[in-house]
Amino acid sequence: MEKLTTLTGTGVPLRRSNVDTDQIIPAVFLKRVTRTGFDDALFYAWRRNPDFVLNKPEYADGRILVAGPDFGIGSSREHAVWALHDYGFRVVIASRFADIFYGNTAKNGVLAAIMPQESVELLWKLLEEEPGRQMTVDLGQRTVTCGDVVLPFEVNDYVRWRLMNGYDDIDLTLQHEDDIAAYEAMRAERFPFKPKTIPALHEPDQAIESAREPQGDEWAGPIGAR
Amino acid sequence: MGMTLAEKVWADHLVRKGDDGAPDLLYIDLMLMHEVTSPQAFEGLRLAGRTPRHVDQLVATEDHNTPTVDIDRPNPDETSATQLTTLERNCKEFGVRLHPLGDADQGIVHAFAPMLGLTQPGMTIVCGDSHTSTHGAFGALAFGIGTSEVEHVMATQTLSLKPFKTMAINIEGDLPADVSAKDIILAIIAKIGTGGGQGYVLEYRGKAIEQLSMDARMTICNMSIEAGARAGMIAPDETTFAYLKDRPHAPQGELWDQAVEYWRTLKTDDDAQFDAEVTLRAEDLEPFVTWGTNPGQGVPISGSVPAPEDFADATERAAAERALDYMGLEAGTPIRDIPVDTVFIGSCTNGRIEDLRIAAEIMKGRRKADSIHRVLVVPASSRIRLQAEEEGLDRIFKDFGAEWRNAGCSMCLGMNPDKLVVGERSISTSNRNFEGRQGKGSRTHLASPAVAAATAIRGTISTPADL
Repeated sequence: MEKLTTLTGTGVPLRRSNVDTDQIIPAVFLKRVTRTGFDDALFYAWRRNPDFVLNKPEYADGRILVAGPDFGIGSSREHAVWALHDYGFRVVIASRFADIFYGNTAKNGVLAAIMPQESVELLWKLLEEEPGRQMTVDLGQRTVTCGDVVLPFEVNDYVRWRLMNGYDDIDLTLQHEDDIAAYEAMRAERFPFKPKTIPALHEPDQAIESAREPQGDEWAGPIGAR
Repeated sequence: MGMTLAEKVWADHLVRKGDDGAPDLLYIDLMLMHEVTSPQAFEGLRLAGRTPRHVDQLVATEDHNTPTVDIDRPNPDETSATQLTTLERNCKEFGVRLHPLGDADQGIVHAFAPMLGLTQPGMTIVCGDSHTSTHGAFGALAFGIGTSEVEHVMATQTLSLKPFKTMAINIEGDLPADVSAKDIILAIIAKIGTGGGQGYVLEYRGKAIEQLSMDARMTICNMSIEAGARAGMIAPDETTFAYLKDRPHAPQGELWDQAVEYWRTLKTDDDAQFDAEVTLRAEDLEPFVTWGTNPGQGVPISGSVPAPEDFADATERAAAERALDYMGLEAGTPIRDIPVDTVFIGSCTNGRIEDLRIAAEIMKGRRKADSIHRVLVVPASSRIRLQAEEEGLDRIFKDFGAEWRNAGCSMCLGMNPDKLVVGERSISTSNRNFEGRQGKGSRTHLASPAVAAATAIRGTISTPADL
C-alpha cells in the first residue's frame, strides 16, 4: 500500500450530509471484477449536474474532499473508496464517518480525517472564497493547513501508523499466527458444535422453475424497456 | 460487573488483545460471500499466493446481480454474467461451497444461511454486505465488512477490530396488532438518526422483542446499519432454539444439548452496563413510512410530509429540503395522500416467508389498483420461493396482478434489471431510500409488507385498516 505522510492538493467543498455509498458509486458500477478504474463512476449521478462542485474546473483536480457529517453511510461497498482514490482523493475530511467506510479507507491508503463541524464549515468557507485553493494535510502533525488557518484533526494512532508506513493488514495479522492457532485449538475443545460449511448439508434438492415476465394487455411491459 | 451479550460474544472470540491502541484480533466463525464484493478479494489472495485458511467456514451464493426472470436462459448483461462466472471460477479454484443461481439454496446471503442452520447464537459472522447485521437476530455478532477485510478473513480467519460500544434499545410493552417489526425499526431509526448507532452494537430488548418470531427479529437486526450501527443483536431464547432445531447444519444429539447449554448463557447480565440506552413504548408505535432520501426520514403513516422548518438542526434542515425536492413532495401532504407507481415486496429485510404470508393474506381475493404500474414479489431465497408455492401464495400474487419472481436482491439496490425509471415512485419493503438506489431518479418509500400490500390495493400509501 502507498504511504501517506503529507499531502498538498486542491480542497473540494462538498456541502452535503449523509453522503451514502450509493451516491459515491451507484450499484450499477459494482459489476466489475477489478479493483481499479472507478474514477468515472465517482458521484456518477451528481456529476450529471453541471453545477456539481467537481464539474467546476477549479475543483476538477481535487485531492482533499471536505464533506458534511455521516459520510459513507449505507452499503459496505469498498468500491466507494476505490472510486475516491481513483479520482485522486487521498483524504476525506468530515465530522463523522460511517464505520464500515471508515475501516475501508485506511486499507486503501486513504485518510478519513475527523474534525468538528465548525472546522468543516470554516474550510468550506475558505475553499469557496478561493476555488482551487491548495490545502496541506500533515498526518504526522495531525493538522490541515488552508491559507493561514491551521486546524487539528483526529485520527486513531493505529490507523495513522499504518497509513504512514503503508503496512499491509494481512501481513500484520500473520505475525500473530501462534495466537490464531492457539485460539483454534481452544475453540475445537470448547465449542465442538460450531457449524462447518463443508460437507454441505441441505434439504433435498428441488428444481427451481424459472419465472417469466407476464404477457398480455394488462402487463406494463418489461422493466428495461421503459 | 456483568457483561452485555455483545461483550460475551466478543470475549469468546478474542484471539489477541490489542496493545498500545492497536485493535483486538477477533476470530471469525463464518463468512458469507457473494459475487459483488468477493472478486477483488480472491484476486488479492491469488496474487499473494495465499489460500483460504478454513474453507469450511466460508459459503457463497449469487444474489445481488442475478436476474429474477429467465434464470434458465443466458444472461443478456455481459458484465453481470462475467461477475457470476468469476465467482463460480473462484469458488471452484479455492474449494469454496457455492449455491449458484438455479440451486434450491440460492438466495440473498442473509436469507439462505439462517435457513440452512449455519447462523447460530454466539457466532461471529461477517460478509461483504452491510446487512450482515441480520444474523444478530440469533444472538450472533454479525456485521458487514469491505472487500479488503473479506480477503483478510479468507487468509487469516480473523479481523482486526476495535471493540464496539454497546447500546440497549428497549421496546417495552405489547405491540399493537397492526404494527410490525419493520415499523419498530423504522421508528427507532427516525428516533436516533442514521448516525445514532455509529460505533455501537445495538441490543434490542424488552417484551415486544421477545414476542417476535425469528423472521421478524431478522427484519429488525437487518436495519441496524441504517441507524449507523454495524451490528444489532437479540438474545437467543426458546424461539431461537425452536427455529434452529433440525435445520441441516444445526448441531445434532449430544452436541445440540451442549450447544443449547452454551447458548443459554448468551444474554446480558442483570448488572451489566450499556454505554447508551434508548427506550420506546410499543403501544405508542404505528405503521411507519419514510418520506425522504435517508432511512431516518420517516413518520407514522397518520402523519404528513414535514417541512424543512420543522427541523431545528441546520444540517437536517438542508437535508430535508434536498429530499423534498428529489422526492417531488410538498411539505404538509398527508402521507396517505401520496400515490405510488410501483410496489416492491422482497429483500433481505422483508423477503422471508412470513413477509410473503402477510402480503398474500391482504392481497387474497383482491386486485391491484389500476393506477399501480407494477407489483413485484421477490422471495429472498429459492427455498422461500418453494415454500410459498407449496402454500399457494404464488397463485394469490398472480391473481392479484403481481409478478412472482425468482430469488435475489432485485429492486432493493437496482443492480439487476429490476429498476425504477426517473421519477417513478415505489413503496418498497427494502431497507434504503437513498437517491437513485432503486434506479436513476427513483423515489422510494420504505414500509412494511402489510403497508406495501395495502398500498398496492388502494394506489396511495395505506394500511390494511384503510381497506
